Amino acid sequence: MFSRDTWHEIFETIQKNKLRTFLSGFTVALGILIFVSLVGLTNGLQNTFNEFFSNNSNNMLYLFPGRTSVPYKGYKSGRQIEFDVSDIKDIEKNFSLMTEYITPRIDRGGVVKYKSEFNNYNIRGVSESFQFAANTLIMKGRYLNKEDIRQKTKFAVIGRLVEQDLFGSENAIGAYIDIAGSVFKVVGVFQDEGGDDEERQIYIPYTTRQLIEKNTDKVDILIIGFKPEIGYVGAMAFESSLNKFLRDKKYISPADQNGIYIRNVADQFKQNQQFASVLAYIAGFIAFGTILAGIIGISNIMVFVVKERTKELGIRKALGATPRAVISSILLESVFITTISGVIGMVIGIAILSSLGEKLKDFFITDPYINIGLAFFATFILILFGAIAGYIPAKRASKIKPIVALRDE
Amino acid sequence: MIEIKDLHKSYKMGSNSLHVLKGLNFNIEEGELVAIMGSSGSGKSTLLNILGMLDELDEGSYTLDGVPIKNLNETKAAQYRNKFLGFIFQSFNLINYKTAVENVALPLYYQGVGRKERQEKALKYLEQVGLKEWAGHLPSELSGGQKQRVAIARALAAEPKVLMADEPTGALDSKTSYEVMDLIQKINDDGNTILVVTHEPDIADMCKRIVHLKDGVIVEDKKVDQVRASQYV
Repeated sequence: MFSRDTWHEIFETIQKNKLRTFLSGFTVALGILIFVSLVGLTNGLQNTFNEFFSNNSNNMLYLFPGRTSVPYKGYKSGRQIEFDVSDIKDIEKNFSLMTEYITPRIDRGGVVKYKSEFNNYNIRGVSESFQFAANTLIMKGRYLNKEDIRQKTKFAVIGRLVEQDLFGSENAIGAYIDIAGSVFKVVGVFQDEGGDDEERQIYIPYTTRQLIEKNTDKVDILIIGFKPEIGYVGAMAFESSLNKFLRDKKYISPADQNGIYIRNVADQFKQNQQFASVLAYIAGFIAFGTILAGIIGISNIMVFVVKERTKELGIRKALGATPRAVISSILLESVFITTISGVIGMVIGIAILSSLGEKLKDFFITDPYINIGLAFFATFILILFGAIAGYIPAKRASKIKPIVALRDE
Repeated sequence: MIEIKDLHKSYKMGSNSLHVLKGLNFNIEEGELVAIMGSSGSGKSTLLNILGMLDELDEGSYTLDGVPIKNLNETKAAQYRNKFLGFIFQSFNLINYKTAVENVALPLYYQGVGRKERQEKALKYLEQVGLKEWAGHLPSELSGGQKQRVAIARALAAEPKVLMADEPTGALDSKTSYEVMDLIQKINDDGNTILVVTHEPDIADMCKRIVHLKDGVIVEDKKVDQVRASQYV
């Protein structure tokens, strides 16, 4: 079956029936090419998507104070709730099993000056663990640390673009800048993948900010990082018990819609995941459809090929070809063509995908790629179905009496 | 060489059954050149198909070179055809994308003969039919007579026990027909057994024996004085 002679005969048949070879090869190559491209582009879309949403950590709760709207335990409605340092301590004490870190955030705008350069920036009073919450990367120098918070140092960590704006080509580390009338020493410069806005932030210890604001103990909002191990369900439970704890402490009615707002990033994360999986389903459906169309295409061609060859097969049978020889020559031919063209289509598809890289970033497609295993699997499926689709008519053709086949014009 | 005893064959046509061959008995010896004659519908093609193992008999027995031919599966039939028989068809039945020499070599391929030997043998038989210089041509580049001669070379290539020709001159003009018959006579002179189905009396007269079929029975079976086709060429 696999002798050199058999292959020679098959190559000869392939060479001398160029249209037939081209048709079946083209169908398979195109099918695989489209499959690889589609799956690759969808993966690229997901890459962009993940990049968008994975910038900030997902295991976070944002606590915002609000104004009450229901009277409760002798307090009137319309009372402004505020968080202070004692809340941080209480949460740390009561929820130590679930929290990884907790940091306040006090945002103030202000003019920042260095020598003759000045500009308006957002200045954030934070604690050292805010670095985890914002996924901040230190380029040079260092981030704020526990000692800075405790000693209320006048140290600042500035964004890459702040350094660029104010210092130009100078090194900002160790320099003193004027932040809304107070002098701070720059101890670090950071970058952030979240975009230009993130890189125009200035971080200072929140304790320093409190000191500047008449030694208050108030903080604006709280950001809590919970342990990722607790999972989505754990995060939801944590959110509700935290909500209850704070409402108890601040005398806010459990029925009050306002008073405290908690934004759970895990919830948002789940929505994003759902969106991504819908995308994956659509992509899978399209890919499946492409393969199905390819299978139907190659099946059609195989039926046509065998039909077209009926007379030839009759002649071969009259000359002594056994049914086995007839079937195997048809199958080997089809498998050979589909394998070669399938691999060609796959290689072209992968080459296109890898040449794209970042070029389609404007269309939200980043680094499109396909799992090589999946590409091979799809090629294999198409070859397999091409063979099956060829086998059925070939089997039938091998059974027709040569005299009937010879009559076929 | 061929022994037929009480051969019956009928075809089902819907609910009716058409009795085509009604009890044929005859023998063909080695080296004979036999014409099977009869008008259309007399059953001559059916007989040839059965003798050629392209069709199966219903009743009776058929022995070819001492081998009983019955209950053959497709594979066995293909092997016997390949080993015992060479076919010459009215419409030539060459494979159109293969050159003359490749067509002639095809039965050898199914015999499992090596490539080089196939090529040599095919060329030898093409030479015998006078078409050696046309070896590399496709059937579409050959005339009808040339095509039939390639088909004859192909039938000879397998070195069969019996050559079976179904209206070999049916698609040819009379001059070319005589050329082909001349070739068939020469092959017969070399000792090959040949069976020719025809409805043309002049072609039948070029054989050594005529079996006349009418309505599925043999009405006449006679030896004739062979008319040599070479005198017309």
